Amino acid sequence: MLSFVEHLPVLVVVISLLSAITIFITGWINKKTAWYISTATLLSQFISSIFILHHVMTVGPIRYRLGGWVPPWGIEYVMDALNAYVLVILLFLGLVCVIYSKRNIDHELPDKGVSFYTVYQLLITGLCGITVTGDIFNMYVFIEITSLSAYALIASRGKIALKASFTYLVLGSIGACFFLLGIGFLYSVTGSLNIHDLSLLLPPLYGNRVVLAAFVFFIVGLSIKMALFPLHTWLPDAHAFAPAEISAMLSGIIIEISTYAFIRVAFSVFTARFLQSLPVFDILCWLAAAAIIIGSVLAISQTNLKRMLAYSSVANMGYIVLALGLSISARKAPWGGLNPSMMHILNHALMKGCLFLVAGAFIYKADLWEIRDFRGLGRRMPYTCAAFVIAALSMIGIPPSVGFVSKLYIILASIEAKKFFFVPVLLLSSLLNLIYFWRVIETMYMKRVEGKDSAHTSHELHLQKEEIPLGMLAPIWVLASLCVIMGILWLANIPIPLLNQINSTFGLGGIR
Amino acid sequence: MMEIPETLKPLFALGCPALAAILILVFGRRPNLREGVTLLASLSQFSIILSMASRVVSGVKIQSYLFPIVPGISFGFRVDAFGLLFALTASSLWILVSIYSIGYMRALKEHAQTRFYFCFALAILGAVGVALSGNLVTMYIFYEILTISTYPLVAHEQSQEAIFAGRKYLAYLLTSGVFLLAAIVFTYATAQTTDFNPGGILSLTSSSRSTLITLFILFILGFMKAAYMPFHSWLPAAMVAPTPVSALLHAVAVVKAGVFGIVRTVAYIYGIDLMRELGLGILLASFAGVTMIVASLFAIAQDNLKRRLAYSTISQLSYIVFGVALLSPMGITGAILHIPFHGFMKITLFLCAGSILVASGKKNISEMGGIGHSMPITMLAFTVGALGMCGLPPACGFVSKWFLGLGTVEADSLLFLAVLLISSLLDVVYFFPIVYIAFFGDRERGTLNLSEGRMMKEAPLSMVIPLSITALFSIIFSFPNPITSMLFDLVRLAISH
Amino acid sequence: MEWFIAKIFAKYNYWIFIILMMIGFYGIVAKDNLIKKIIGLNIFQTAIFLYFISLGAVRGGTAPIVDEEIIRKGYVYANPLPHVLILTAIVVSVATTAVALSLVIRMNQEYGTIEESEIIQKLGEGGMTRTD
Repeated sequence: MLSFVEHLPVLVVVISLLSAITIFITGWINKKTAWYISTATLLSQFISSIFILHHVMTVGPIRYRLGGWVPPWGIEYVMDALNAYVLVILLFLGLVCVIYSKRNIDHELPDKGVSFYTVYQLLITGLCGITVTGDIFNMYVFIEITSLSAYALIASRGKIALKASFTYLVLGSIGACFFLLGIGFLYSVTGSLNIHDLSLLLPPLYGNRVVLAAFVFFIVGLSIKMALFPLHTWLPDAHAFAPAEISAMLSGIIIEISTYAFIRVAFSVFTARFLQSLPVFDILCWLAAAAIIIGSVLAISQTNLKRMLAYSSVANMGYIVLALGLSISARKAPWGGLNPSMMHILNHALMKGCLFLVAGAFIYKADLWEIRDFRGLGRRMPYTCAAFVIAALSMIGIPPSVGFVSKLYIILASIEAKKFFFVPVLLLSSLLNLIYFWRVIETMYMKRVEGKDSAHTSHELHLQKEEIPLGMLAPIWVLASLCVIMGILWLANIPIPLLNQINSTFGLGGIR
Repeated sequence: MMEIPETLKPLFALGCPALAAILILVFGRRPNLREGVTLLASLSQFSIILSMASRVVSGVKIQSYLFPIVPGISFGFRVDAFGLLFALTASSLWILVSIYSIGYMRALKEHAQTRFYFCFALAILGAVGVALSGNLVTMYIFYEILTISTYPLVAHEQSQEAIFAGRKYLAYLLTSGVFLLAAIVFTYATAQTTDFNPGGILSLTSSSRSTLITLFILFILGFMKAAYMPFHSWLPAAMVAPTPVSALLHAVAVVKAGVFGIVRTVAYIYGIDLMRELGLGILLASFAGVTMIVASLFAIAQDNLKRRLAYSTISQLSYIVFGVALLSPMGITGAILHIPFHGFMKITLFLCAGSILVASGKKNISEMGGIGHSMPITMLAFTVGALGMCGLPPACGFVSKWFLGLGTVEADSLLFLAVLLISSLLDVVYFFPIVYIAFFGDRERGTLNLSEGRMMKEAPLSMVIPLSITALFSIIFSFPNPITSMLFDLVRLAISH
Repeated sequence: MEWFIAKIFAKYNYWIFIILMMIGFYGIVAKDNLIKKIIGLNIFQTAIFLYFISLGAVRGGTAPIVDEEIIRKGYVYANPLPHVLILTAIVVSVATTAVALSLVIRMNQEYGTIEESEIIQKLGEGGMTRTD
């Protein structure tokens, strides 16, 4: 008999799917229920994911056979430390964003609430599916479910977002096709689709050209999905013109989940030993370094806050991929193996989630998109702006925030891997971050409002507060405070045992 | 009062400003309560730090490590004599400057006062954190907090000039923070630790000569807060800040944090012997010597009083670096003594400049003719500070410079002695004209209040009292008494290894 | 020459798949008309489907319907798994096409054209900093 917790991986996916249908049907009767159903679903999913994580940490991996079919024939859902961890992050941000959207969607997408929450739940279904599945074809299907809902959600604001969404759709489909092709190649040599089974069948075939070709297709396909430089071109527009919470999900979770898929393919389907025999991860490091620098430079040249944040996401994917690239050569705990990349997946979700929600708050309250229009916002919306400052300082890497910890660990990893070139790259990038974030902070707090020169008096008197509703402010502040709290927790090494368990699953890290 | 466990004292000392910062935000709309919190926090912080002094003097090192960050580095504090000296300087002056700034900010009806007090408390948190840190990583964390929290204070005025000054401030200091991080990480990679250890943690056995020299340059670039030339220009620019900020932060907390870092690096990361072996002492001393003289020359040319004081600070900071770079016990004694002494004297000067601004609206020296007659206490205090800067008795600057002089003799370098003397002479050249103008200048024009068109008088009492106290202490330090003997005990302990 | 022909024609299914894929890719990249881009995308996807189907084919095999007779007579039958997979993938591809077409319809309503270059031109008129 399976315990209750062992049923949760499949339930997480199923209740999300069912809730999408429920929202759609009840939406005919009462439009107000959509948000409540969606929030309740996400809350229960989030709690389940915590149970799963706890179970995985204490008891061990969960293997769930769908329909009772024995793998490799049946589809299997496997939860190990890696995807349990990712699942918690994804459902947490999903929950925060849905709470935020209660007020925001009325503003950004009036009268489209029901369809928004329906598609949103489909998005969550897809994301959960990618995370929990232990079958590579199943993963492809879920990647496509995720992407399709993402295309729809991006396009929901209409106008320029339509074009952005279309570009994303074309590139995303090509990426997915490459992924599918990789699956086909692997299937043709092994006859299996189960990830665990593949990892047993593949090692004797490592020299095989079909296997190599399959690996390359996986990398290229997923690189498009995770917007790795130079395949990032779809990202800025798509992330900039989506509704705020979708931007937060896109930058904070969706591209990270593609990274998760990449890690799963690279380390579960293939192995660290296979990767060490190829120069692929070295090339990834260099691409990531280019992403970090070029993404930051392009971010500096933006005048629109959300586009700036989107380019910053390109740079931050560079961080994650760089950490990933170093994972097979850096082995010492606590920065060895996948630790820095896992760390930054969470950190980036917190920081970028917060920043995009703040950007959404500016649009909600005053329809402000351009950085130059932010004069005096520090006084008009003090709590929102303070959250922005915390998240921005974290992006710059001021201790003790999460951004600092990521940067520190990636630097330590690159020193251990003897790849010293990346140390100045990382340091330079934090200065570049400083330039583009400080421009915003300076405009918000320091620049005087036009036409009011005598700042000493008029400033305080004539600008009354126009704070956003609590339902939007609370999610922002949860994320902002976590930027600092998690930073301290990382520094105190409290979540490190979890990451070590992830490493030991893949035979990475190891030296304590 | 309840007795705090000894190992928790550093945490409580840092908790005071941290808690104060939160309470200041909470009481933002009630000025009296808000400023009461600041005063209370500064008093309790000082008393906690003072209570550690007696233990430290008896040779105990108070340690409290909270959690390991990476193997070999823990986040934590280790209070030794040298750190305590800096912490004492910063926290004692915080009390006085708090009183002063209440008078100053209210008299000038400054805007955004809550932000001002909030950032001020955070900056003190940063400075005292730097002082008490047990290793480089902990220090870096507080060092960056100090940088960020002082930015809103520099750009406080929110004018175009202030915004540019703020940008310059951040550009210099955060860039240097990046160098510091690089230096720390490479130190960790070679030594597997970053703890401050008397005698150093690096050695020639584990790494090559050129690596160590490069690393040292990284460290020096990292401590740009010490405002050595040619990376000094952020400091005069930062003088657009309100005077209490210039006084406490840009004469004591921020810049001394940089100097403190350099001393820590020289004595506790490299160690005196390694420094001598690498020949880095001479290099550092030469740089410091050049800064001492060139900054003094720059100071002569300034008419704005605060800018002149800023260049004087640049020059005086290099005295400290210079003293350490001599690598002789006397030189280091002089350098360490100069940290509190210069702190007290320079703060006196800045507070005087602020009083003059509040009482008369004057910023430039040329307008201050005869001001000593209408503001006798202020200008008397100013004279004491100026005497100290020039190294003349009875002010305490004489004591520290005397030791620096002995240090050059010990280091057997007549050239460095000459540099020290020339620089002191230049100090006289730019400080005495101010004193002269104030007491013997053109009284008719000088004693008029520019902003209100009436005869000027002393600044409010809450401003005059703090500056008299600092001036008084500047004299007390040069005579034997319990306070001075405690200071000397601490210095002796600090150099005893 | 014989060797060459053998090489090409022995695995003609792979060559067809590659050629189709490149045609589709060309359509996506080179065509200005958004509908033609979608057609290109469809060809691209279909090429991959064909590759999968050809993987499962067995020369002389029957349909994979397992009953008594097949087992008794020892017939070979095609591998059913790729077919199942591709059935799913076709559904995905149809959904993608549907979303893409609806986007094109909306863009046509918004801009009055389905030529990519013209849409970009119209977007440009609003200035580079326009927000929606």
